[in-house]
Amino acid sequence: MKIAIASGKGGTGKTTVATCLAQVLAETGLRVRYLDCDVEEPNGHLFLHPEIYESKPVTVPVPEVDREKCVGCGLCAKICQYAAIACVKKKVVTFPELCHGCGGCARVCPAGAIREVGRGIGVAETGRSCKIDFAQGCLRVGEAMSPSLIRQVRDIPTGAELDIIDAPPGTSCPAITAIRGADFVLLVTEPTPFGLNDLALALDMVRELDIPRAVVVNRHEDENLSARKFCSERHVQIAAEIPDDRRVAEAYSQGLLPVIALPEYRPYFLDLWANVNKLATGTPGKEPA
Amino acid sequence: MKEIIIISGKGGTGKTSLTGAFAALAENPVLADCDVDAADLHLILKPKILETHDFSGGKQARIEPDKCTGCATCEEVCRFGAIRRIPAKDDISPPFFAVDPVACEGCGVCAWFCIPKAVQFEDALNGHWFVSETRFGCLVHAKLGVAEENSGKLVTLVRNRAKQIAKERNCPYLLVDGSPGIGCPVIASLTGADLVVIVTEPTVSGEHDLARVADLAKHFGIPVAVCVNKADINPGMADRIRVNAEARGLSFAGTVPYDKAVTAAQVAQLTIVEHDRGELGKAVRKVWERVTALADGKDTK
Amino acid sequence: MKIAVTSEGSTLEAAVDPRFGRCKYFIVVDTDTGAFEAVDNVQNLNAAQGAGIQSAETVVNQGAEAVLTGHCGPKAFRTLSTGEVKIYVGVEGTVREAVEAFKAGKLQASENADVEGHW
Repeated sequence: MKIAIASGKGGTGKTTVATCLAQVLAETGLRVRYLDCDVEEPNGHLFLHPEIYESKPVTVPVPEVDREKCVGCGLCAKICQYAAIACVKKKVVTFPELCHGCGGCARVCPAGAIREVGRGIGVAETGRSCKIDFAQGCLRVGEAMSPSLIRQVRDIPTGAELDIIDAPPGTSCPAITAIRGADFVLLVTEPTPFGLNDLALALDMVRELDIPRAVVVNRHEDENLSARKFCSERHVQIAAEIPDDRRVAEAYSQGLLPVIALPEYRPYFLDLWANVNKLATGTPGKEPA
Repeated sequence: MKEIIIISGKGGTGKTSLTGAFAALAENPVLADCDVDAADLHLILKPKILETHDFSGGKQARIEPDKCTGCATCEEVCRFGAIRRIPAKDDISPPFFAVDPVACEGCGVCAWFCIPKAVQFEDALNGHWFVSETRFGCLVHAKLGVAEENSGKLVTLVRNRAKQIAKERNCPYLLVDGSPGIGCPVIASLTGADLVVIVTEPTVSGEHDLARVADLAKHFGIPVAVCVNKADINPGMADRIRVNAEARGLSFAGTVPYDKAVTAAQVAQLTIVEHDRGELGKAVRKVWERVTALADGKDTK
Repeated sequence: MKIAVTSEGSTLEAAVDPRFGRCKYFIVVDTDTGAFEAVDNVQNLNAAQGAGIQSAETVVNQGAEAVLTGHCGPKAFRTLSTGEVKIYVGVEGTVREAVEAFKAGKLQASENADVEGHW
């Protein structure tokens, strides 16, 4: 099973939920893998302190032009939608950093002058943190092609029974790439106007992808029912409410997993997992829209 | 006109709340919300929309079913797994193909190679962008459609329009709420700006992401001012962030305390400086004074 | 020879547009006859990415041998150089003044891009 932990807004506690869930489930004997697909800002390693066994460069295919063979017809520049290849005075200029790796130029070249070579955009790392299998992608600074890297991290083969995917925040390309193919999505929110506004957008995205989902309310306060009201109006289940607690924020600030620093938080994540199982098997993505 | 971009690297550090407060403190600003994935600035600025424009983030392929002969060329050439095979009902006829609009990267390779020319390659409607009036000044903002992509282009569009308005109205400051992360949208938010304010928090994640986003700003040659929000959550780390920032040649814009009034202001649909006249508001004002001094080149410390 | 000047308007009296890739017009001037043509650049002005590259292709296709502009980024610079177009940056004033300065030999061709790449 693959669960993606996502959120419309950043900083709602996505990484906290993902790492704590991985930790408590690994302790129960389940073989868990934590995948950090927030490749622009991977933070899970700061809490899980994994030992990295393997670090592989991740590349996207970009064109390399053989000037001897090139006939200067300009078809490669014409097919490219990303301005990654230009043709002036029958000479071809390439801009690999703009290339999305669609392969159109190599395919369209009548002279067989274009060969695709790998251009590094970051690294994919695998390792282990105590009982948790660990994988993460880390995008090179100044690099824009995060979906390619996310795809490659997401697809690293595994022997784990459960994949917990820490998805990037937001609702655009990177978030969608990380969530795609998950069996269940947990949307982490906080009960504030910003949090709920962004939760609404994230919910729409997950609905569009047609993946079963539930909400985790972080920094919950008993007197604030705005998240409950929102979820009931939007017909989405709340799988957990994690209380607002300055001690959690302080543990987090030091890089400590809240479930280790504050063991009384462990039941929240065990209950969360029980609820996910109930929702994933009971109503697979079919709650009324 | 000085363009100041407020970014955070890590989400949830209070970037938008601070941008809102700066909007209230700046004299005659123009505002742009480039955090298009999670645009929240409008919740406290309550804009009155004056102009609405369609946004097309790029092209998208669409297969006309009656022209498709089921040859599977599109499926073979697509690198993004965006072609869906739909088997014929009778098991004898060839399958049909359709484009998954969410997975489509808009490369057009399928359209180019489709033998019966069944692929239409057309501008997609991905969302809308707006020019609005708020109680502090003009706001340019946007809303993408459900599961829509391509926010890099939209960010550029929003910023350019805001810049144009700021010039026309002779506004001294353009304040941009930037996107999170270090990828395409945030690069689009900060290239060519006068000053980047990075709002961080004293946590291991905040510190880690600050380093990455500061490298990014450096890569594009933009001056950086660092502001630590929720500083009292971990005062030791807040101080370490300041020391490290200054050692790296970044300016330090000050600290803001952790305060539940930030959420209370959101609920009241007010900026923190309108809502809080106490220590929190005072700290934010101090940060803004330092930010303007840096943007105006009056403080080169 | 033909030269292209980035311009905010379609006449010789318009101001030089400081942006290369996202300029509003190119005024293509024949320095021998004084004849000129305004080439609308609106398509590249609104391009998602690669505006400089595509504008450079436009300039080369117009047959210009030199470009007068405010700033030029690295991608446009490379494309123009490949197309054997000389680049003059830091040009100000009206298009007419820029052309006169060029003809009088007062401008110096750039060796490199003068700004970071923009998006």
